[in-house]
Amino acid sequence: MFGSVELTMFEKIEEKFQKFCDRFVLNFIEDDRYMYLVKGLMITLVVTFFAVLIGALLGFIIALIRSTYTKTGKLRILNFLCNIYITVIRGTPVMVQLLIIYFVIFGSVNINKVFVAVLAFGLNSGAYVAEIVRSGIMAVDEGQFEAGRSLGFTYAQTMRIIILPQAIKNILPALGNEFIVLLKETSICGYIALEDLTKAGDIIRGRTYDAFMPLIAVALIYLVLVIIFTKLVNSLERRLRSSDH
Amino acid sequence: MTTDAEVIIKVENLHKVYNKVHALNGINEEIRRGEVVVVVGPSGSGKSTFLRSLNLLEVPTEGKIYFEGTDITDKATDINKHRQRMGMVFQHFNLFPHMTVLKNLMIAPMKLQGKSEEEAKKKALELLDRVGLAHRADAYPSQLSGGQKQRIAIVRALAMDPDVMLFDEPTSALDPEMVGEVLDIMKELGREGMTMVVVTHEMGFAKEVADRVIFIDQGVIQEQNSPAEFFGNPQNKRLKDFLSKVL
Repeated sequence: MFGSVELTMFEKIEEKFQKFCDRFVLNFIEDDRYMYLVKGLMITLVVTFFAVLIGALLGFIIALIRSTYTKTGKLRILNFLCNIYITVIRGTPVMVQLLIIYFVIFGSVNINKVFVAVLAFGLNSGAYVAEIVRSGIMAVDEGQFEAGRSLGFTYAQTMRIIILPQAIKNILPALGNEFIVLLKETSICGYIALEDLTKAGDIIRGRTYDAFMPLIAVALIYLVLVIIFTKLVNSLERRLRSSDH
Repeated sequence: MTTDAEVIIKVENLHKVYNKVHALNGINEEIRRGEVVVVVGPSGSGKSTFLRSLNLLEVPTEGKIYFEGTDITDKATDINKHRQRMGMVFQHFNLFPHMTVLKNLMIAPMKLQGKSEEEAKKKALELLDRVGLAHRADAYPSQLSGGQKQRIAIVRALAMDPDVMLFDEPTSALDPEMVGEVLDIMKELGREGMTMVVVTHEMGFAKEVADRVIFIDQGVIQEQNSPAEFFGNPQNKRLKDFLSKVL
């Protein structure tokens, strides 16, 4: 009697496993549907990579302008423009910014959607990076600045050789976090019909009427990306910390 | 006192106003080559502001400062060139924490004087040896004691071969047992003929090493004299008051 119960339980598990396999095949193997995820992942990575580059470049430039204004009173007009930019970008949702850039700014021209996404996320990230970098620069002791200037370094040399290396070390965790946020924010690319990773999962869902498999797969891919990226940032941080004993 | 030596720093009618507070109220002064001038005064008297004006870390509100004959308060003057010839030592050392001791000494000569790495390193090691810290060349500032940090800060400034050394309360942030090691180096520098302007609370140093002691209070020079006269026969009422508190 005991044996027959065990057998039915085993059969049930086997049946469930078989169903799982069927769904897996349906969602990912049939019609090469996994290719949606592969292509989507590539789009997500490309958009994130170039947006990070633009964001970092823009953020550092803005932070330098703003902290130069705070420290020396120079670059007044540029500082004013940067303030407007930061206020507007941080005061509106990134999705609205993406839609405006695609449908309003480039509304009348045929433009590459990847380019639009890179531009939108890069411009958005720049504002946040700027504030992170600025806080890092302002957190370096004023005495460091004076020591550099007293030796005869120019303002720019002091920034580059003495202040920025210390600032970057301090803001690395915050910068890493900003880029993780950026990676996940690109999941709204679907709103301009760009087939990124999230959109790819959604397309599969629409084909197979199965929400579980594609969406969980998409979530796992993001998770793995973020874990890898976090590890990279952590090891970089450890390397830079080697001078603090 | 070397009264016939060339004037290296000349200060004319120096004023500094911060947020309506008059930190300096018309200072006229001449520093001659080879002189050791000690500046004393109560806190908030303007003595640090005076010192920091000499290399324009504080930009004067009014007045002129001539360094080796050049008006450095003139906007057209390249202050960075002149600062290379004026070493400065700070109360809080301000070593660069992301560089080793050796790099702290090498960075300015390499970047500003175009010295090769070998040249800069050779000079840095000589200087470190002079202050007894050659064995800490590869340490980072965070691994050093306060006294060691300040000795490094002094040789970092010396690595640029300055004509003048400015000291802004160099021993005020040190534990008492480390004050001596820093003052010893400063005394030696003074004896070797380095031109020095020293803001300090160390009256013993002033008595022993200074050619001239200046008393600043309320943003003006109230009295100045040789150490013997300054401490032995003060005239100004504020100075008498000050000395009675610190001696």
